[in-house]
Amino acid sequence: MNRGIINSAYRAAKGIFNALPLLLGVTLLISIVITLVPTNTLISFFGKDMFLNTLIGAVLGSILAGNPINSYVIAGELISFNIGIIAVTAFLISWVTVGIVQLPAEIMILGKKFAIKRNLLSFVFSIIIAVLIYLILFLGGLI
Amino acid sequence: MKFFKKLSFSWYFFITTIIIMLVILIISPSSFNSSLFKFLDLLVKIIPFLIIVFILMFLANYFITPKIVKKYLLNKNKGLKWFFAVIFGIISTGPIYMWYPFLADLKPKGIKEGMIATFLYARAIKPALIPLMIYYFGLFYTILFTIFIIIFSLIQGSIINKMEVEK
Repeated sequence: MNRGIINSAYRAAKGIFNALPLLLGVTLLISIVITLVPTNTLISFFGKDMFLNTLIGAVLGSILAGNPINSYVIAGELISFNIGIIAVTAFLISWVTVGIVQLPAEIMILGKKFAIKRNLLSFVFSIIIAVLIYLILFLGGLI
Repeated sequence: MKFFKKLSFSWYFFITTIIIMLVILIISPSSFNSSLFKFLDLLVKIIPFLIIVFILMFLANYFITPKIVKKYLLNKNKGLKWFFAVIFGIISTGPIYMWYPFLADLKPKGIKEGMIATFLYARAIKPALIPLMIYYFGLFYTILFTIFIIIFSLIQGSIINKMEVEK
């Protein structure tokens, strides 16, 4: 068999094996967070201040992790409890772009500086995008 | 003692999460059971993605040599490079952390950190979940969400690249 194929397969397997304890650890941590923080608890974090809610939405979305479907379901619940679209958007975006739970894995594999820069920027962007979407919907008379 | 000295941070991290699980088992066995079932459920869902990542890493190792990266991804056509980073981010599936080893593998081949950031940010768009998003938040909201994610994935990539250059 071609030596290049064996080498490539070995390097790929080694890469996966080295990342395995981190990947399993992150998966376990996500399972714990999903179990210990139910939707009702999340709703209780929000108040009536729109901008504070946006910040809370972005923070919660950053801490929580898992399938984006869960974020849609939780966001749907938040809307039904009259939590504004701006906070819900910040929550949805930070859920998929910021990863506090995955941060140790990202730091280990992609580098500390890169991981911190990327997550910080993503956090700020989740708020900026939420404000922009809110403004467009508001000015368009859709909310 | 030698065994513990040889352990990497990733193993310490994994052992810590197991200790957390054991603490949960002592404090609240029902939460432990629920966490364990969710973990196993996630694990079953993750395995196919791990296989995909392995295949991609294998293909990347085999075909994407530094020479090829230089030729196609580090060429002068910057627009095309960023376009591919966004498209690959959108079509990539599975949990984000499954992609870290693959992306780390590309770094020594010359991929800039900004492109990795763009790829990771564009992953916020999930084509398979767009119908569900429309159902929950409406078509116009979904379009806005998608457009802004694409724009900001590119902004994030260029900011991180600039930071890298300044460094």
